Amino acid sequence: MSWFLIAPILVPMTTAALAVLLWNQRPAQRAVSACGAGLHLITTILLMVQVWRGGILAGQMGDWPAPFGITLVADHLSAVMVLITGVMGFGVCLYSLSDMNENRENNGFHPLYHVLLTGVTGAFITGDLFNLYVWFEVMLIASFALLALGSEKEQLDGAIKYAAINLVSTVMFLIAIGTLYGLTGTLNMADLALRLPHVEQRGLVTTIAVLFMIAFGIKSAVFPLFFWLPASYHTPAVAVSAIFAGLLTKVGVYALVRTFTLIFTSDVAYTHGALLVVAGLTMVTGVLGAAAQNEIRRILSFHIISQIGYMIMGLALYTPLGLIGAVFYLVHHIIVKTNLFLVAGIIRRLTGSMELKRIGGLYKASPLLVVLFLIPALSLSGIPPLSGFWAKLVLIRASLEIGSYAIAATAVLVGALTLFSMTKIWGEAFWKPHPEGPARTLGIGDLTATERALLIGPIMVFAALTIAIGLWAQPFLDLATRASGELLERTPYIDAVMGVRP
Amino acid sequence: MTESLILRTATRLLLSLMLLFSIFILLRGHNEPGGGFIGGLIAASAFALHSIAFGPAAARQLMVIDPKALAAAGVLCAVAAGLPAALFGDAFMRAQWLHWGEGEATFHVGTPLLFDIGVFLVVIGAVLTIVLALEEEDV
Repeated sequence: MSWFLIAPILVPMTTAALAVLLWNQRPAQRAVSACGAGLHLITTILLMVQVWRGGILAGQMGDWPAPFGITLVADHLSAVMVLITGVMGFGVCLYSLSDMNENRENNGFHPLYHVLLTGVTGAFITGDLFNLYVWFEVMLIASFALLALGSEKEQLDGAIKYAAINLVSTVMFLIAIGTLYGLTGTLNMADLALRLPHVEQRGLVTTIAVLFMIAFGIKSAVFPLFFWLPASYHTPAVAVSAIFAGLLTKVGVYALVRTFTLIFTSDVAYTHGALLVVAGLTMVTGVLGAAAQNEIRRILSFHIISQIGYMIMGLALYTPLGLIGAVFYLVHHIIVKTNLFLVAGIIRRLTGSMELKRIGGLYKASPLLVVLFLIPALSLSGIPPLSGFWAKLVLIRASLEIGSYAIAATAVLVGALTLFSMTKIWGEAFWKPHPEGPARTLGIGDLTATERALLIGPIMVFAALTIAIGLWAQPFLDLATRASGELLERTPYIDAVMGVRP
Repeated sequence: MTESLILRTATRLLLSLMLLFSIFILLRGHNEPGGGFIGGLIAASAFALHSIAFGPAAARQLMVIDPKALAAAGVLCAVAAGLPAALFGDAFMRAQWLHWGEGEATFHVGTPLLFDIGVFLVVIGAVLTIVLALEEEDV
C-alpha cells in the first residue's frame, strides 16, 4: 500500500501550491494552510497505524523495482518521526495564524511553511540516499527563506551564517554520495547495506562514513559544528523558530541514526566511538553555552545542542537499549522543545521582550503560563514523572550496562545544569517583578479569545502530550523498542525494500 | 531595458517562434531528447528576452498569469499526473496510457505528458519569478 507512504508528502506539497495560487488573498490562504496541516496530520496518523499493525511498509514509486526506482520506506522510526512532524506541523501552523504579522504572511510564509513540511516528511520516508539529499535541499531552501522572512537586520545576519554553513554541509554530503556511488554503484539504502560488506577498500568505506558523519553532524548541530544554530535560531518569527527547533536538527539526527545503523556498521569501534566522544562534548558545550546566555530563545537554542548530544549518545552506544533511548529522546525532545519556543513567544507577547533583564512579573500576572512553562521546562531537564525523565533514564541505564561510566556521569551532570538554566528563566521572567512596573506585564486574560485559542491551545496539547508520555510511558517505550529492534536487526528493512517486486 | 530598435524588432519575430519551439520540444520529449524542463527553459528565455527588450512590466502583461501562480499550477499538474494510478490499483506515478487508432497510426496519450507539462510550467514560473524580480530591481 504505497499510497500511505506518498500521502504525507503529497498533502503539504499540494497545500504549498494552493497557498501560492492564493498569494494575495490572505484569509483564504490562511484557511488552506490550516486545513492542509490538519490533513497532513491525518495522513501521518494513518501511516503510523499501518506500520504499527503491519510492520515495515515499503513502496516503489511508479512500480520501478528497487534499487532502480524511487523507494519510500517507513519502519517504526520513520513512521513515528513522520507522525510527530504531522503533530508539530499542525500545532505550530495554528499558532502561526495568530503569531505571524501581515507582512510576513504576504511574503509567502504559508507556502514556505508547507514546503518545509514536505521536505522534512520526505527525508523521513525516503529509502534512497540521493533522495534524502533532495529532501534536505527542499527543506533547506524553505528554511533559508523562512529565516530571512521579514528582512530585519538581525535576521539577515543569522540567515547568512545559517546558509553558508549549511551549504558546506550540503557539499560534503554530495561528495560522500558521489564517492559511495562510485564504490558500490547504488544509492538505495537497503541495497547499500547488502553491497557495502563486499567492498574491498575498507579504508575508503570508513572515510565515506566520516564524511557523512560531518555532513549530518553540521545539520544536527553537534560539537564542534554547531555555531550556526545559536547564531540564527533566535532571529525569525516565533512560529518559525519553534518548528526549526523541533524538526530541522532532528532530521540530521535521524539521518545519522539511519546511516549508522543500516549502512556504516563495519567499523563500529571507530565510527561509533567517535560519535560517543562527540555526544559527550556536545552535551557539555551546549549546556555551558546556555548558562552564559540571557535571552530566552538563545538559552533554548543552546539547549537544543546539548539535547542533540543525548540522542547521539544513544546511537553511539549502539546497544538495543541505547537505540531505544535515542528514539524515545527524539520524540520527547521534539514536543518539549517546540513547546518551549512557543511559550517564549507568549512571554514576549505578554512582557514585550525576550531579554531576561527587561521582563518579569509573569508568576503573578498569568498563573496558567507558569504551569505551561514548567511542564516542558522540567521535562527538558529530566524531572520525573515527565517524558524527559524516562528518556534520560533509559539512556543512562544503557550506558551503565556496557560500562561507559564517563558518558553516564556527563548525562546526569548535564541534566542538572539544564535545570539550572530553566531556573534562570524562571527566576527572571516569572519570579522577579517587571523592571518597568507591574502594569507592564499582561496576563493571558488580556489576549483576545481567538488569540488564546490559537496561541495557548497548541501549547496545552503539547504539554498534555509531555505528561501523557511521562505517565503512560509503556506504549511509547514499546514503540521505541520496536524501532530499535528494526534498526539493529536490519534484515526486515532490507527484505521489505528489496523483496518488493511488481 | 534597452531602447534598441534592432532588439525590439527581432524580439517580436523571435518570441512567437521560441514559444512554438518550446512546445515542440515539450511534446517530442517522451522518447527523444527534449521534455518539460528544456522546453520550459526555452519558453522562459522567450519571455526573458521580451522583458529585456520592452521592460518587465510589458513581459508581465504579456504573460497574463503571474509566474508564481504558473509554478504552483505546474506543481499541481505534476501531482495530478501521479494520481490516476490509484484508480487502477497501481503505485503513485505509474504511467497510465490511452490509445487511439490502429497499427502505425496509433496515438498514445498518457500521464507522463501531464507530468511533463507540470515540469514545463514550474520551470517557466520559477525562472521568470527570478528574472523579473532581478529586472524590476534594476529600474
